[in-house]
Amino acid sequence: MSETRPDAEHRVAMYRSMVLCRRFEERVYYLFLEGRLPGTIHQSQGQEAAAVGVCSALEAKDMITSTHRPHSHALARGVSVNSLMAELFAKTAGCCGGKGGSMHVGDRDAGMLPAIAIVGGGIPLAAGYALAFQYLHRPNIVACFFGDGAANIGTFHEAVNMAAIWDLPVVFVCENNKYAASTGVEKSMKVKHVSDRAAAYGIPGETADGNDVETVYRSMRRAGARARQGQGPALLELETYRFAGHSRSDPGHYRASEEVAAWKERDPIALYEARLCAEGVLDREKISAIASEIENQLEKAVELAEQAPSPRSEDCLTDVFAN
Amino acid sequence: MSLPTEAASNPRSPAREMTMVEALREALREEMRRDQRVILLGEDIGIQGGFGGAFTVTLGLSEEFGHRRVIDTPISEAGIAGVATGAALGGLRPVADVQYGDFLFLAMDQLANNAAKLRYMSGGKLTVPMVFRAPVGATTRGSQHGQSLEAFFMHVPGLKVACPSNPYDGKGLLKTAIRDDNPVMFFEHKLLYGSKGARKEQSGLQVTAVVPEEEYLIPFGQAKLLRSGRDVTLVASLLMVHRPMEAAKVLEKRDIDAEVIDVRTLVPFDWETVFQSVRKTGRLIIVEEDNLTGGWGAEVAARVAESCIGYLDGPILRVAAPDTPVPFAPVMENFYVPSVERIVAAAQDLVA
Repeated sequence: MSETRPDAEHRVAMYRSMVLCRRFEERVYYLFLEGRLPGTIHQSQGQEAAAVGVCSALEAKDMITSTHRPHSHALARGVSVNSLMAELFAKTAGCCGGKGGSMHVGDRDAGMLPAIAIVGGGIPLAAGYALAFQYLHRPNIVACFFGDGAANIGTFHEAVNMAAIWDLPVVFVCENNKYAASTGVEKSMKVKHVSDRAAAYGIPGETADGNDVETVYRSMRRAGARARQGQGPALLELETYRFAGHSRSDPGHYRASEEVAAWKERDPIALYEARLCAEGVLDREKISAIASEIENQLEKAVELAEQAPSPRSEDCLTDVFAN
Repeated sequence: MSLPTEAASNPRSPAREMTMVEALREALREEMRRDQRVILLGEDIGIQGGFGGAFTVTLGLSEEFGHRRVIDTPISEAGIAGVATGAALGGLRPVADVQYGDFLFLAMDQLANNAAKLRYMSGGKLTVPMVFRAPVGATTRGSQHGQSLEAFFMHVPGLKVACPSNPYDGKGLLKTAIRDDNPVMFFEHKLLYGSKGARKEQSGLQVTAVVPEEEYLIPFGQAKLLRSGRDVTLVASLLMVHRPMEAAKVLEKRDIDAEVIDVRTLVPFDWETVFQSVRKTGRLIIVEEDNLTGGWGAEVAARVAESCIGYLDGPILRVAAPDTPVPFAPVMENFYVPSVERIVAAAQDLVA
């Protein structure tokens, strides 16, 4: 993996990963509409470049923390599609044994802690995990995903400050999708960029195009390398947009249709596909091969998840305490 | 004053009278020597020339273990709890603390939503081996530095809760807590610290105990029968353990023979010891410093009613703080905190 420019194989892998995220979310959307999945969902269509760019810049034993909108983070990090789908179907085979659900998916062995669905609640966990890496002299870093909304909660300040004073190996990745549920970012902060706040903690801050997967990848490689070398955390703000509503019941009437249309013009997958085609890395044939491969993968995941046994009712009672 | 301990009756143990602060500090020191993964996190705990935490428990530990392991934090209680939880997930065994238990409310989301639930939400794949120490109890500091918060945490599945009443238990329970793979809320009563020097509490009990030199652990979920009696069972924790012990002496002179149980841990709770006692005495009084409504005594009352109602010769009584914030004025605080007199009166009413 080169520092600044990924090779062709890596570029195709990033493209494929983004398509997997998108198709997964689309499938999940319809599974919900059909009433086949319980609960609620917070979807990430449109934000794939942020998830994939960041996770592509990580090493195998690095860790990510995530939010109530975790599906793309999990897929980009390499949590198995089957276990993710099974979790959404509330099955024992799910990555959390059916005890987590959409908002808590994760698999530490794959490098992702269970997602934390309290806005900002995962930020101190990321700092703490990074403290363990540092203390144990591991060459690893934590990538901490959170949204623009979380940048206004107290734990953001407390955890970023603590990570800064102790030079912890963590990169704080703010996916600024412009809205905290329905509240626009300009109603919630006086500064223009979340990354402006980095100065308050004495750490580097950067705002990058979150819909350009290679830009994200390069920024994360830089911030990650720095953190890995013991130079402390950075705050990386990725400007992006969620195409769907906040959750499955949200039609998004608070956003102007022109705004949504303008962002869809900057669809991270379409942009990357066009670029890779223009540069001869991808062609129609490869694209459709990837598409059908992913369709098959998802088809199989849904089938396995539906057939998988449900937990027993009394499994509710286990896993409260260790031992 | 001194409570009977196992050590006191062990002739092979060299006799050492220790305060709670000394015993807790020794527990931390022993566990830090034993296991490199044990680190401390808190405010003012290791500053050179500082005071070793709000009540001196960590005094001298940064000199022995260095600032890599005794980590002074900014005033960031939610951050401390979250960082400790994350570090525990990452393979360390953090012992974090707040200066006053009241500050736990600042850390509530991290403790109740993250530390307590991550094992469950991960389908049993993760463990969160951390200890969170918190001083509690009314000590003329008013409403925001004197609450007893144990019941809040007893209500959160996934957290263990320890409440030592004396230095011997304090040391043994803290060592057990540090080795436990679950998050443990470890409550310490400010009037039991008995620390000498600058942080000595004016109205503190000089509670000491014989603490043996050789290592010992006290398992969670084992209440201790402190005094055997046939007429009424008095159940308490932390500082309140000492009030029924005093009350029992007064009651004895009035021909009432009280049995006293120190619960030692609220989660897990040793129900059987309490049930057995109630089946014998037929009467139960729970003594707690927490506000009456929704305190841990309410849970004890309910469980005893479920399991032992046929054995009861009278109502289950609770001697608890009234449902008010902790007052400042000593005259009001003395009224607020359950007293020996209130316990005696309750027992006399019950037995009469």
